[in-house]
Amino acid sequence: MNLTLHIWRQKNSTDKGGFKAYEVSNISPDMSFLEMIDVLNEELTHKGEDPVHFDHDCREGICGTCSMVINGRPHGPKQAITTCQLHMRSFNDGDDITIEPWRAKAFPVVKDLIVDRSAFDRIIQAGGYVSINTGGAPDANEIPIPKRIADEAMDAAACIGCGACVAACKNASAMLFTSAKISQLALLPQGNTERHSRVEKMIWQMEEEGFGACTNTGACEAECPKEISLVHIARVHREYMAAKVSSHNV
Amino acid sequence: MNWFLSALTSGIGRKVIMSLTGLFLILFLVIHLAGNLQLLKEDGGVAFNEYSHFMAHNPLIQFVSKANFFFILLHAFVSYTLYIKNKNARPVGYKVSAGSANSSWSSRSMSLLGTLIFIFILLHLRGFWYEFKYGTEVTSTVVNGVEMHNAYQWVADAYANPLIATFYVISMLVLGFHLWHGFSSAFQSLGLNHVKYNGLIKLAGKFYAIAVPAAFAIIPVLLYLKSLS
Repeated sequence: MNLTLHIWRQKNSTDKGGFKAYEVSNISPDMSFLEMIDVLNEELTHKGEDPVHFDHDCREGICGTCSMVINGRPHGPKQAITTCQLHMRSFNDGDDITIEPWRAKAFPVVKDLIVDRSAFDRIIQAGGYVSINTGGAPDANEIPIPKRIADEAMDAAACIGCGACVAACKNASAMLFTSAKISQLALLPQGNTERHSRVEKMIWQMEEEGFGACTNTGACEAECPKEISLVHIARVHREYMAAKVSSHNV
Repeated sequence: MNWFLSALTSGIGRKVIMSLTGLFLILFLVIHLAGNLQLLKEDGGVAFNEYSHFMAHNPLIQFVSKANFFFILLHAFVSYTLYIKNKNARPVGYKVSAGSANSSWSSRSMSLLGTLIFIFILLHLRGFWYEFKYGTEVTSTVVNGVEMHNAYQWVADAYANPLIATFYVISMLVLGFHLWHGFSSAFQSLGLNHVKYNGLIKLAGKFYAIAVPAAFAIIPVLLYLKSLS
């Protein structure tokens, strides 16, 4: 396959940046999207040019590191996969492909396609954990949890924090991510103790980071590689209102 | 900040305000439509004139109408603050955007649609509400011994103008698109997302978004056609 890539190049966080076109040839349809960029980078390195910087780690869709908007869609055109799981057979020979970084005020570009997603870490730090002393791990069957609840908590916990929801949202809202991280604990008895303060703190931190508000367009859910559902956003709306009305944080 | 204010001014709090005011306005539209449909009665406007006279003189209705104005302004103002917040959240946009791949046009265009509706409301109030309340050009009529505005004649004369009739029909199309997303979105913002009711909410929303604006829009069309004969 021969392709024309239009890639966002930006030297550092203060550089203005711009698109640059690259021709790549002899790309195998069996290559992953990241391997295709590896081929380009190999060529650029041989020519003495600066390779295209991009985030990647596990390359099997579980770490949430890879982050590219490909032809206007986070993680590319396929449903429920990350960029590293996207293969070149999803494109046609001669295609023009535009590759951009996640775009959000809260995700400043570090270099080229790499953005700083530490805003997500700070949301987790604000309350996305259980801090009560639990002693030794209790036997799994000692805390009865209905299968449906356990499944739903697991669905929320499937979030890999890649930020595709923010990238896809027209408002750069982090509601899907934050709601998944709140839901996974709100659904389980272990999360109940800190339930109210958790949702208050995490939503507060989310606002502080400068993410937009949710307009319920559903773009996040459609682009999420783990198919996190809008159900979690509705739950967090309930959790947040209940916490604001009944918590002791005045 | 006070917990109540911080809750209301947060993104979620503002969405809840949008939702509650939106649902109120959705209810209001049904009442408004019920009144308007009397324009179609073949009674020379008696029913519509009695209805508008009642609406303008009933203290409870007058109180609710003030609340209605307030909720329209609140809905518009809060959406404006959300619009600013959301624009600021993405200072640099995408070169290629594939919004239609993951969301509906109406859901992405709520601010634009809402602004158009707001302009419509201003012109609509100027043309009808203001003229009935403060204008001097609306003629009078006597219904059952009570002298009142001939509101029917004023509306019928307005819709005899094809430009005004067309403006109303197009505005109702805009309203339909706004409701296409707004109706079900209001429930989601309140946290009402449940497998038992989602289907009903979606279906009711789509039905409402088509039926109510269409019923509003048919009135200027019919009155215009009537004016031709």
